[in-house]
Amino acid sequence: MSGYSVTEPSKRQKWIAGLLVITYALVTLMPLLWVIATGFKSPEDSIAYPPKVVFQPSLEGYVNLFTTQTRITPDMEATLTPPKTWYEQIVRDKGMVIAGASRYGQRFLNSVIIGFGSTFFSVFLGTLAAYAFSRFKVPIKDDLLFFILSTRMMPPVAVAIPIFLMYRQLGLSDTHLGMILLYTAVNLSLSVWLLKGFIDEIPLEYEEAALIDGYTRFQAFYKVVLPQAATGIASTAIFCLIFAWNEYAFAVLLTSGTAQTAPPFIPTIIGVGGQDWPAVAAGATIFLLPVMIFTIMLRKHLLRGITFGAVRK
Amino acid sequence: MADNTIDRIAKATPPGLAKRVRGLSDRAIAWLFVGPSILLLLAINIFPLIWTIRLSFTNFRVNRFNAPIEFIGLRNYERILSDPDVWKTMQATAHFLFWTIFLQVLIGFALAYLINKKFKGNDLWTTIIVLPMMLSPAVVGNFWTFLYQPQIGLFNYVVGFFSGIDPSSFSMIGSIHLAPWAIVIVDTWMWTPFVMLICLAGLRSIPDSIYEAAEIDRASKWRQFWTLTVPMVLPFLMLAVLFRGIENFKMFDLVVQLTGGGPGSITTLTSIDLKREAFEKWRTGYASAYAVILFVTVFGMASIYVKSLNKVKDR
Repeated sequence: MSGYSVTEPSKRQKWIAGLLVITYALVTLMPLLWVIATGFKSPEDSIAYPPKVVFQPSLEGYVNLFTTQTRITPDMEATLTPPKTWYEQIVRDKGMVIAGASRYGQRFLNSVIIGFGSTFFSVFLGTLAAYAFSRFKVPIKDDLLFFILSTRMMPPVAVAIPIFLMYRQLGLSDTHLGMILLYTAVNLSLSVWLLKGFIDEIPLEYEEAALIDGYTRFQAFYKVVLPQAATGIASTAIFCLIFAWNEYAFAVLLTSGTAQTAPPFIPTIIGVGGQDWPAVAAGATIFLLPVMIFTIMLRKHLLRGITFGAVRK
Repeated sequence: MADNTIDRIAKATPPGLAKRVRGLSDRAIAWLFVGPSILLLLAINIFPLIWTIRLSFTNFRVNRFNAPIEFIGLRNYERILSDPDVWKTMQATAHFLFWTIFLQVLIGFALAYLINKKFKGNDLWTTIIVLPMMLSPAVVGNFWTFLYQPQIGLFNYVVGFFSGIDPSSFSMIGSIHLAPWAIVIVDTWMWTPFVMLICLAGLRSIPDSIYEAAEIDRASKWRQFWTLTVPMVLPFLMLAVLFRGIENFKMFDLVVQLTGGGPGSITTLTSIDLKREAFEKWRTGYASAYAVILFVTVFGMASIYVKSLNKVKDR
């Protein structure tokens, strides 16, 4: 190839394009950075006007997020032993003591259990179904695939009405199992469509060779196809996990306590005397950070995941 | 393709050995593999859907379990379709759908076009732009209420800084005029990267040789853009619009956290209204009919759209 190409943008074009895109990226990043920063502000700084860019960092928001506190009188304070840990110190400085752990930890744990549980099942079932759709002649295959996809088009609030009634009858309301089953079903469409795409790309010759060597179909499936599809399975799993992690509508309508996940809980964090913004921001930061990290890891598979495999780069 | 394999394997395997080697027949394995998924979807999606359709013809209310359930025919449907409040929520949804899609397509395509100039470090910046899209909409909606605070909010401060308007003089989520735009802005912030990514895939799918040929024909850059770039990206763009359209028609989490449907009912989208009927007023039969109407609308619009999408693709 010669150095000159009509399709290669000029240096000046690249420069302007870069400048505009970077400006947009910085503007788009600002709300996120602001929330992360707010988590490290004291309540006074968080509502300062004009908004404070430079501030004395404080972990008060994080302490408030994870604990419940009660106010104590000065004479009571005199009877107490001095605080032993840094977080007790922060609370004591406000004239309060820690009464116990808040429910955030529990809600976060629910998100983890339900997220990973549903991801496991939707990827497991999805892999089997995708393999069958990819390799065998399944009757009414196109209709089944469309049926699987169409389950994703329904508004969650509409689906929640009968699920609510059904779960009440079956005793699945506000249980981990109920939410895992529900998210598995919702994610199955994504999992089947994505994995079918990945398995379609594995050359048939590998399996044929294995079958000729005397492997059964099952052996060929888990000894040949599965290792080949490992990257696809992993990225599908992360997409399912992110969906379950972020889901709000079903969680808020079908759970209230035991199985409630973090998204319906975070907005309900209210401190003493109005919304405790640093605590809310701290809760959001801890909750959003894993997703940001996964997104950066996933960037190569991103498009495929969010379009159900409809667009491949 | 699958047929072909089976034939090839069948030929390669001695007839007597075939059954013993392969164990279960392919047909049995296929059903064994697909079965569980189909069963789960039938239990969690289809059975409830049928139940919803049945309930939609009744006056059933969950909070009055002992009251007799009466079949009232199409009364729920008549009441919904003649209710001016329902049409208001449809209008709010239409406003939200139109403007979010319009802005996201415009900005998303522009960004993709710029990123496709392949400046140094474009991968990194693309990833950064994509971040908002991957986050939990409810949590995002919640923290935007903080950014939209009249006195202390970052959004008001930045707007005030650049326009000279007093930041405490307007409230994005408290004003009837601004609230519909408040939700459009956040949704655009969050989902423009989605449209951008799909446009980018479209742009990258155009072979260089086409532009080279156009250059030889002395087509101007402007003409190349409108006669080559745009038509080639159009099917991708239409796919992005389909996805965004379906998602935003269902919109619930982000807006419910951001404005709660208010002030008044100005940002009450259909999903939010449906939630109130079903889970606050507990008019289960009525809400079921509402849900059925929404299903039919989504499926109807999506299938008409997919047909026109296929026409564009075939062109």
